[in-house]
Amino acid sequence: MSTLKGRSLISITDYSKDDILKILDMAEEFEKNPRRNILNGYIVASLFFEPSTRTRLSFESAVQYLGGRIVGFATADTSSVKKGESLKDTILTVSNYSDLIVMRNPLDGSARFASEVSPVPIINAGDGANQHPTQCLLDLYSIRKTQGRLENIDIAMVGDLKYGRTVHSLVQALTLFGAKFHFVSPESLKMPSAVKTVIKNAGLEYDQYTELSDVIPFADILYMTRIQGERFPDPLEYEKVKNSYILSNRMLRGSKETMKVLHPLPRVNEITEDVDDNPKAYYFQQARNGVYIRQALIAAILGLK
Amino acid sequence: MNSKRTELKVSAIRNGTVIDHIPTESVFQVFKILNLDKTKNQVYFGTNLDSKKYGKKGIIKISDKYFEYEEINKIALAAPKATLIEIKDYDVIRKENVQLPEYVDKIVKCFNPKCVTNNQNVSTSFKVTEDHKGNMKLFCKYCEKTMAKENIEFV
Repeated sequence: MSTLKGRSLISITDYSKDDILKILDMAEEFEKNPRRNILNGYIVASLFFEPSTRTRLSFESAVQYLGGRIVGFATADTSSVKKGESLKDTILTVSNYSDLIVMRNPLDGSARFASEVSPVPIINAGDGANQHPTQCLLDLYSIRKTQGRLENIDIAMVGDLKYGRTVHSLVQALTLFGAKFHFVSPESLKMPSAVKTVIKNAGLEYDQYTELSDVIPFADILYMTRIQGERFPDPLEYEKVKNSYILSNRMLRGSKETMKVLHPLPRVNEITEDVDDNPKAYYFQQARNGVYIRQALIAAILGLK
Repeated sequence: MNSKRTELKVSAIRNGTVIDHIPTESVFQVFKILNLDKTKNQVYFGTNLDSKKYGKKGIIKISDKYFEYEEINKIALAAPKATLIEIKDYDVIRKENVQLPEYVDKIVKCFNPKCVTNNQNVSTSFKVTEDHKGNMKLFCKYCEKTMAKENIEFV
């Protein structure tokens, strides 16, 4: 296994199966004991060029649980980006003030570029519609924790499978473990062929549905996503499908005992609030797992034990 | 009509390069890619010529010009089956099929308007791949989008 120390994490495909398992194992240790003073004297830069609740706050709390300090900004409005500074100049400047840079930026590919110019490692906290590898890792952590394994999971992915970056990364990562994929989406938001090719190349199978109720009886994981109205070229088409995939507590009857509902959040209306009290609802714990995963990543990349 | 006579429909050149077996519809694209509209060299071209191999083809001949590696790559993207023939004193000194490179750097624009390469001062870089039908695709190293041939636009 190659060392994770000093390596940027830009795309989930940058990590091998062993790298992923190493981070999940480390995260498990941090879950047992999140307050560890190993980051004392270190500074992590948190550069959020666009808004975020969970990712930014969980990174910041990960750093602070470990005794490190944060510099950075939560919106591009308060940085020199507003004066027209290039991404390269911002990264080169901030790398003088920090040991590691966590970055979210609205441009696809911005994180890869940042990692090429930065002398300190970059963790991609979301580059536009492209990648969000730390979300992918916390999803994997949540699956392993709730199912006791990552191998051969029956995972149903529901909603916007065309534009949703989290489902694309999660498919890529799960192909390493031999999952069975069940895709539920309106015709206009089906999984892109490039992602399906990844599944085929891994010798795995997928099937596609338009009815959410079809997959509930056999899914181990029900991975819900938000359908984004702004993606539809035809508003009428959106009106037709926007309420197709609303998961209510009643619909979970007949699902597996061990089944869990995941959602990268924020949700709008795709999971009704009556699901929240069902023990199968796991999305808030899933968000909490993000702290442990980010602690593990920061520790691994900075080479701390 | 034999191929010898087809060749002669476009004047022979003493020194320079012949690009043969260009898909007819790509001749003007190759012309543009190589900036032949701005060159001071003599250029001859033909389209819709008969070809035994491809039915119809295009051909371009450029006097006193030999191409650099990067320019050859550009030709391969627009005309992957093109033949490159270098001529000296009317003799063929080199003849080979153009090769698709493994990587294409700096010469093609990414089709994704939100790609960092279209918004910051970043050179493009693509990996040349194929889909399951064998169609050539370009995979952007930055935004990780896969671009089909018809979306290719040269820098």
